[in-house]
Amino acid sequence: MPITWSATHDRQGLDIMDTEITLRVDGADHRLTVDTRTTLLDALRERLGNTSPKKGCDHGQCGACTVLLDGRRANSCLALAVAHDGAEIVTAAGLATDGELHPMQRSFIEHDAFQCGYCTPGQIVSAVAMLEEAATGWPSTVTFSPPDGTAGEPDTGPVDLATNPDEIRERMSGNLCRCAAYANMIPAIQEVARS
Amino acid sequence: MRPFRYERATDPAGAVALLARSPQAAYLGGGTNLVDLMKLDVARPDLLVDVRGVTSRAIEELPDGGVRIGAGVSNSDLAADPLIRRRYPVVAQAVLAGASTQLRNLATVGGNLLQRTRCVYFQDVSTACNKREPGSGCSAIEGHNRDLAILGTSPDCIATHPSDLAVALAAMDATVQTVGPDGSRAIPLTELHRLPGSEPQHDNVLTHGELITAVDLPPLPFAARSYYRKIRDRASYAFALVSVAAAIDLADGQVRDVRIALGGVAHKPWRATRAEDLLRGGPATEERLRRAAEAELADAQPQSDNAFKIPLARNAIVRTVLDLTGTAR
Ligand SMILES: Cc1cc2nc3c(=O)[nH]c(=O)nc-3n(C[C@H](O)[C@H](O)[C@H](O)COP(=O)(O)OP(=O)(O)OC[C@H]3O[C@@H](n4cnc5c(N)ncnc54)[C@H](O)[C@@H]3O)c2cc1C
Ligand code: FES
Ligand code: FES
Repeated sequence: MPITWSATHDRQGLDIMDTEITLRVDGADHRLTVDTRTTLLDALRERLGNTSPKKGCDHGQCGACTVLLDGRRANSCLALAVAHDGAEIVTAAGLATDGELHPMQRSFIEHDAFQCGYCTPGQIVSAVAMLEEAATGWPSTVTFSPPDGTAGEPDTGPVDLATNPDEIRERMSGNLCRCAAYANMIPAIQEVARS
Repeated sequence: MRPFRYERATDPAGAVALLARSPQAAYLGGGTNLVDLMKLDVARPDLLVDVRGVTSRAIEELPDGGVRIGAGVSNSDLAADPLIRRRYPVVAQAVLAGASTQLRNLATVGGNLLQRTRCVYFQDVSTACNKREPGSGCSAIEGHNRDLAILGTSPDCIATHPSDLAVALAAMDATVQTVGPDGSRAIPLTELHRLPGSEPQHDNVLTHGELITAVDLPPLPFAARSYYRKIRDRASYAFALVSVAAAIDLADGQVRDVRIALGGVAHKPWRATRAEDLLRGGPATEERLRRAAEAELADAQPQSDNAFKIPLARNAIVRTVLDLTGTAR
């Protein structure tokens, strides 16, 4: 698809490039004009008013901005909106259907898996994606057993998270929680993994 | 962030032509390093050429029994690939030891290899840094250098290369395929990155506009027994203090071949050829391993805060290779 841009000037007289893009966010289509510098996170929060993804660090270091980007979890703070023209995005707000909370959202509430809640939308999106990844057989560093002198066939089948909290800890390590509500997140996620 | 134009290349030649015309332009992969550095005003491209659509996203077997990884393959897809996990587990493990799933989903193989140092002074434009601003000085040598290099440093730069993947690929003798303004070439991974010397602004040997199109792994049957051990300040989501990629080929208790590469210790993935040479042709005993590791590290020049990396790297080599041989602890 050809990219069209119109050059305008900011206060320093530098070129700013505006590009028209479309995004499908939580099931709704949006057409918007963004400066090339706009991240997906800023497009969602500042332009589309979806404040479910949070800005924690803005540098990929905390996971508060996690969204599903074309089905995979991603840090929206490091993704340029222009580079994801046409993308399908699901935020934590979009996980609920017809006013019904997603099982992961319910489980976080039932297990008291948050304190201030700032990291929570990112944690929940990440946890939902993680279940899918594990079911597909994606490994983590924990999945590989330490070497014992043999070269066994790798087990590429589904990874059981319900009984393996170390897998959950490793796979959720891209989401930090300043309140350290981690202890209750593990059982919250395990319960959804079991069902 | 400074203003820039964005273009999506349609084929490698078109991408190369765009960069050849623009000395300040840069390729964009997942953006997980470049966009970060643009926010910090460390990287200042005036044009980003998105190459995710022009470099291959496939992992395929080569006629010689090796494997070709397209530069556009995401870090996640590389680590999950059954062929890679079976034949080169060290590569999958190294990828998974880096960053987080969210980042690995965005990150590409090409971008991973060309990510820039995490030295805090490089990332802070208010400080002197020869890599960021040649001739300005190195703040790290007299400053916070706990995380930085012990091997191959220069008086101008003690930065480390942060990629875990590159360490595993160095151990496997991978080859990087590129296409640039002067045509295409194949570069051994161990020669892609360079030591800082007096030009630390150059991380690698690529010329402006040279595009990584693929990484080739040679056939290496004994790599099925390989391992990546990463030692860091927390269990996950942190860069390496020291890491080791290793593979071993044992026949009748003797080391027929062995591969060892270190991360977190130098400006490039450090292939431990000296240790490898000492190990071949004898048994993989703890004593021989320790002597080989010590020989490899004999030229190490620690800074004020990172001398701990020398015994750490030695122990990591010994333990990792011993584990691969199945020697009980
Ligand atoms: C919080 C955090 C933690 C991290 N932890 C780790 C870690 O523990 N270990 C680790 O290894 N990494 C780690 N990373 C780094 C991460 O792996 C890299 O940012 C990522 O691999 C870069 O890939 P990318 O596609 O996003 O590259 P980009 O950011 O798009 O590009 C990086 C560089 O490569 C160039 N480039 C991209 N593609 C090509 C190509 N095909 N040919 C030529 N040049 C190209 C770009 O111009 C740019 O200079 C971490 C990153 C963050 C933010
Ligand atoms: S805001 Fe994106 S990772 Fe912290
Ligand atoms: S609940 Fe406060 S940051 Fe996680």
